[in-house]
Amino acid sequence: MSSTAPTHGAHQPVNKSTGRLVVAWILVGIPLAYGVFQTLTQVAALFG
Amino acid sequence: MGFLDRDHSIAPPGFNRWLVPPAALAVHLCIGQAYATSVYKTALVKHFGASLTEVGVIFSIAIVMLGLSAAVMGTWVDTNGPRKAMFTSAMFWVGGFLIGSVGIFTRQLWLVYLGYGVVGGIGLGIGYISPVSTLIKWFPDRPGLATGMAIMGFGGGALIASPVSQALLKAYDPNSGAQGWVASGDAVGKLFLTLAVVYLVYMLFGAFTVRVPADGWRPAGFDPSKVKAAKLVTTENVSAKNAIKTRQFWLVWVALFCNVTAGIGILEQAAPMIQDFFRQSDGKSLVSAGVAAGFVGLLSIGNMSGRFAWSATSDITGRKRIYMVYLGVGAVLYTVLALAGSSATALYVALAFVIISFYGGGFATVPAYLRDLFGTFQVGAIHGRLLTAWSAAGVAGPLIVNSILDAQGKPGQLNAASYQPALLTMVALLVVGFVANLLVKPVDARFHESRPERHKSTLEA
Repeated sequence: MSSTAPTHGAHQPVNKSTGRLVVAWILVGIPLAYGVFQTLTQVAALFG
Repeated sequence: MGFLDRDHSIAPPGFNRWLVPPAALAVHLCIGQAYATSVYKTALVKHFGASLTEVGVIFSIAIVMLGLSAAVMGTWVDTNGPRKAMFTSAMFWVGGFLIGSVGIFTRQLWLVYLGYGVVGGIGLGIGYISPVSTLIKWFPDRPGLATGMAIMGFGGGALIASPVSQALLKAYDPNSGAQGWVASGDAVGKLFLTLAVVYLVYMLFGAFTVRVPADGWRPAGFDPSKVKAAKLVTTENVSAKNAIKTRQFWLVWVALFCNVTAGIGILEQAAPMIQDFFRQSDGKSLVSAGVAAGFVGLLSIGNMSGRFAWSATSDITGRKRIYMVYLGVGAVLYTVLALAGSSATALYVALAFVIISFYGGGFATVPAYLRDLFGTFQVGAIHGRLLTAWSAAGVAGPLIVNSILDAQGKPGQLNAASYQPALLTMVALLVVGFVANLLVKPVDARFHESRPERHKSTLEA
């Protein structure tokens, strides 16, 4: 996973904010996974 | 409201750029609901005592407003930054649902036109372009991947909104168990209110999570000189005002228009088309309505996955080459579909899936294509202007297909041969798009911004 790297200016301690990253991806990932799952369930009729 | 300004959303050192795609996705997943309107279309027809066309106008107004607002507000979005743009988009999109719900509760269709169509449509346009230039700046090494992730959300939004809306309509309507049930207007109004609340929360999450990179920032290990090595990729900048004067802008406009028009040709007719393709001599189709609905769902997944997969691939192949695939291979696949699509269901489904993935890929790749040609300076504004091609295709695609099909016979009596003229017309359109894309060359240096002018343009904007 790439992280940021300022090319100039003061260098401060890097905060990877992993927890925030995980929460953010879960917030969008779960609804999206639900939508894909529901659609695939419907698609099953196509092959059944 | 100063906290919404670009200056207040500059990322601190150490900010993880992978927080930006979920912020963008949060907005696109919400506005992607626009493609799930069919869930309550019949309910609105019954509630208002209106025709399908009159209710369909709600969606048409929203898509036209999407293109117009993206074109008009593009420069504003670039100047004010993604946070203010996402916040504004949320206000319009949610406001559209609220006004629309009032229209439904009071049985005034014009209020739904105004709310969901006009106000919501403005939210769609601003929301669609809001994260694009920011993502391109955060991911100069993988712009196709970055914009693909966000624009995939627009395709995915309908996948979420459809089942959720169906479940909510059942929950809100006490008669939902009845045979031949159609949701009441009251249930649709309550659905609009619920969606407004949920979308407000999600879009504000996106607005307050997104950050813009500090001036001069670049990802660790990224070497801009390697980017310059590609012939069509510029390190110069062209303003939105100048971009629309270039031949390249209009060639890409034509390529996008042709790709979208061809895709809409299948998408709009997806369910009846697969049934007609496998209609037997006795008039009955081998494909049931339930299976046709599954086919529509599969196309939605093709549309969404194509946005991500093809756009990410374009980082390796280059944007012009991937558009040659969308348009050139697309034309071949359309021809096979027209001439041999009815020979086997599996072949038909596979062809349609790939064609629709190209349709989605075209949308997701185009911001990076514009970045390559015109630089990052006002790429959001240029993208906004280019989306007028989408609006035009949204009118042209269904118009071409429906008018040709009307001349072939009545719905329910059509067969695979009835679709050949429409599909071969789409092949011709794709060939036009292919040639337009082939003619794309680097932008002439006279359109490039010099640094003092660039500063002046920013101030004027």
